[in-house]
Amino acid sequence: MTEPAQGEARSAAADRALGAPGEDRPEDPPGGQTPILELRQLDKNFGPVQALVGINLSLPRGKVTALVGDNGAGKSVMIKTISGVWAPDGGEILWEGRQVHIRSPKEAAALGITTMYQDLALCDNLDIVQNMFLGHEELQLGSLNEIKMELAARRVLDSLSVTSLRTIRQPVASLSGGQRQTVAVARAVMAQSALVIMDEPTAALGVAATAMVLSLIKRLSSQGVTVLMVSHNLNDVFAVADHMAILRLGHLVATGPASNFDAQSAVHFMTTGRSGRAGDGATAGLS
Amino acid sequence: MARTGESVPTADQVGDDRELPEVDLDAEAVTAASAAEAALAVAPELVANSVAEYVRAWWQRVRGGDTGVLPIVVGLIVIMALFQALNHSFLTAGNITNLLVQGGVFVLLGMAEIFVLILGEIDLSLGYVAGLSAVIVALLMSPSVNLPWIVAVVAGLATGTAIGVLQGTLVTRLHLPSFVVTLAGQLGWWGLMIWVVDTTNPTSGGVISVTNPVVFNLVNGNMTALEGWITVVLAVVAYAAFSLTRDNRRRRNGLAVPPFGLTLLRTGVVAVAAVVLLLIVDANRGTATVPLSGMPPVVIVVPVIMILWTFLLSATRFGRYVYAIGGNREAARRAGVNLTRIRTGAFALAGLTGAMAGIVYESRLGSISIGIDGGTLVLFGVASAVIGGASLMGGRGKPIHALLGGIVIAAIYNGMVLMGLSVAVQYMITALVLLAALTIDRVARRGRAFRSSAED
Repeated sequence: MTEPAQGEARSAAADRALGAPGEDRPEDPPGGQTPILELRQLDKNFGPVQALVGINLSLPRGKVTALVGDNGAGKSVMIKTISGVWAPDGGEILWEGRQVHIRSPKEAAALGITTMYQDLALCDNLDIVQNMFLGHEELQLGSLNEIKMELAARRVLDSLSVTSLRTIRQPVASLSGGQRQTVAVARAVMAQSALVIMDEPTAALGVAATAMVLSLIKRLSSQGVTVLMVSHNLNDVFAVADHMAILRLGHLVATGPASNFDAQSAVHFMTTGRSGRAGDGATAGLS
Repeated sequence: MARTGESVPTADQVGDDRELPEVDLDAEAVTAASAAEAALAVAPELVANSVAEYVRAWWQRVRGGDTGVLPIVVGLIVIMALFQALNHSFLTAGNITNLLVQGGVFVLLGMAEIFVLILGEIDLSLGYVAGLSAVIVALLMSPSVNLPWIVAVVAGLATGTAIGVLQGTLVTRLHLPSFVVTLAGQLGWWGLMIWVVDTTNPTSGGVISVTNPVVFNLVNGNMTALEGWITVVLAVVAYAAFSLTRDNRRRRNGLAVPPFGLTLLRTGVVAVAAVVLLLIVDANRGTATVPLSGMPPVVIVVPVIMILWTFLLSATRFGRYVYAIGGNREAARRAGVNLTRIRTGAFALAGLTGAMAGIVYESRLGSISIGIDGGTLVLFGVASAVIGGASLMGGRGKPIHALLGGIVIAAIYNGMVLMGLSVAVQYMITALVLLAALTIDRVARRGRAFRSSAED
C-alpha cells in the first residue's frame, strides 16, 4: 500500500520542483505548479442558448481567483459546472493535471471541491459545531463524539482567527450574517477542501462583516486552500483577489493577475468585452 | 462605450451593491440584534461559573423569549392548583396515580409525533396505528391463538413500525404531503382494524379482552415498595453518575462545563421528585380493608422509553440528521444526508412508538375495542408535543416535551372528568388550552430573530 503513495509523493515533489518560480513549463500558468483546476475549451448549452463558450481557465494553487461579470455572464453556470450540478457539453476539466468527469456535487466534494452558495446551507436550529460537522460526524461506539468534534471545531476556528464567538455551542440562528459566513468557511476548512468556490460571499453583509469575511478569505488562501470567488463587488474583488477572470455573455474575455486590472478596466471588460485602453497589456485578450 | 446609456454599471455602482437600502437594513438588523441575541441563545450552563450566574443567564434567556420548559411547568402547577381548589379529591394519591397512568398514552403518542414534527411533518394516523397494533397484540394472545405475550407484543410493535415505513415511503418517495397520507391512514387503518376483529372474532362485539397477566399488569399491576425504592435509587444514582462523568470528560478536555453546584442542584431535584413520586404511589389508594398501593410499571416504562428516544435523537447520527432536515432540508441534502432514509426512519419510529401507546392503552382498559377514538387520541398526542414545546414548523422538539405536555393534557382531562363535565365541554376546554399554549409560545418567541420561524 505504501509503494504507490510514495511514488505519488515523489512525482508531486517533482512537479513542485519543475514548477519552481521562474521555471515555468509551457503549459503552466504564471506561478509555476500544476493548477489545482484547469478548464479547457469548456462549453455549456441550454437548448439554443450558449451559456459558456470555449472557456479556458486555470486556478493557481493556494491563490484567490475572482470570477466577475455582469448578470447573465455565465458565472453561476460555470461554478455549477465545476461543482458537478450538471455536466459540460464540451471541453475538459482537469483536476491536479488529470482529466476528471464530475457528475454530481458528491463527486466534486470527494475531489476536495466545496461550493458555498449564497444561502449558505446552514441549519439554523443546530449549533456551530453541529453545522461544521454535518454529514461527517465523529462517532464513538456508535454515538456522537461531541468532545472530539468540539475540540476540532475550535481548532479550525482558532486557525481562522475567529474570536468573535462567545461559545461555539450556540445555534447558528443567533449569529450575524458575517458570523454565518465564518461558520460556512470553517465548514469548508473542516472538510479539508483543496478548492473552495464562494458565490457572492459578501452580498447582504454590512461593512464590518464584509471586512471580516474578506480577511477570512485571505487566511484561507494563506493556508494553501485555492479560492474561486464569484462577486459583483469590485471593491471586494480587488481587496482579496490574486487573479481575475472576467466573463461576458458566456465568453471569458480577460484573465490575469488582479494587479493588471483596475476598477475601470474591469468594468470595461465586463460590459464591452474589450480593454478600455489602447495598448493595455493586462490580458489574455478575446476568446 | 456605446452601451453606456443602458444599465452599464460603473465601478462605483458595482462597489455600492452592498449599500442597497434593503440589503443594508437586513444586515443592520442582524448586527444590532446579534449582540443581545448571542447572549440569549447561549446555553446558560455553558457560560456561567456559579449557580447564581446561571440563574441570571437563564432568566435573561427566558425574558428574551427562549422560555424552554418554564411555561409548561408553571402551567401544570396552575392547572393542578385550580382543579384542587375546585375538587379536593384531585390531589389525592389515588387520583395522581390514575392521572400518571392516563397520561402514559398521551405521552407515548406525543413522543411518536415528536419524530415527525421535528421534520416539519405530521402523522394523523397514529391513533388508529395504536388501535390496530393493540388489536394484533390482543388477538395473538387470545385463547384461540395463544402465542406467548412477548411474541404478540413484538408482532404489535412490528405492525406499527411497518405502517410507519409504508407511510414514510409514500411521503418521501412519492413526495405526497404527510398530512394527506396519514389522514388517509387514519381511515384506512381504522377500517383494517375493524375488518381484522370482525373476521377473526365475529361474535366478540368488536371487543377483544387482554387476558395475559403480563400485558394487563403493565398498567394495572403494582410494584412492591422495595422494588419501587430500588428503582428510584438506581435511577438517581445513574443520573448523577451520567452527569458527573459527562462534566468530567468535558473538563478534562478543557471544554466549558456547567457549574458543579448546578449539577448537584439538578441531581437533588431529580432525587426529590423521584422520592415524592414514590411516596405518592406507595400511599394507600384503596380502602382500609382492601389496601392498594405501589408503582404501576408503566410509570417506569414510559420514562425509560423517553430516555431511549432522547439518546437516539441527541446522541446519534440519525437524530442529528432528523434535526438537520427539520432545520434546513437543502443544507442537510448538500451535506450528504440521505433524506429518504432518515425521513422514512422517523415515520417508522413514530409508528413504533404509536404501537407502544396502543399496548399501554389496551393494558389500562383490559381490552381493545373497535370503537377506539383514534382521531381524538392522535390530536391529544400532537397537543402533548406542541404544548410541551415542540414546533409544528419543524426543527424543534424533544421527547421530554411530550412527557410534560402529556401530563398537562392528562391533568386537564382527569380534572374535568372528576368535576363531572360533559364530553362536549371537555373538548371545548381542551381546544382552548391547546390554542393558549400555542399563543404563549408565539408571543414569547416573537421578539427573537429566529429565522426558521420567520420564514414560515
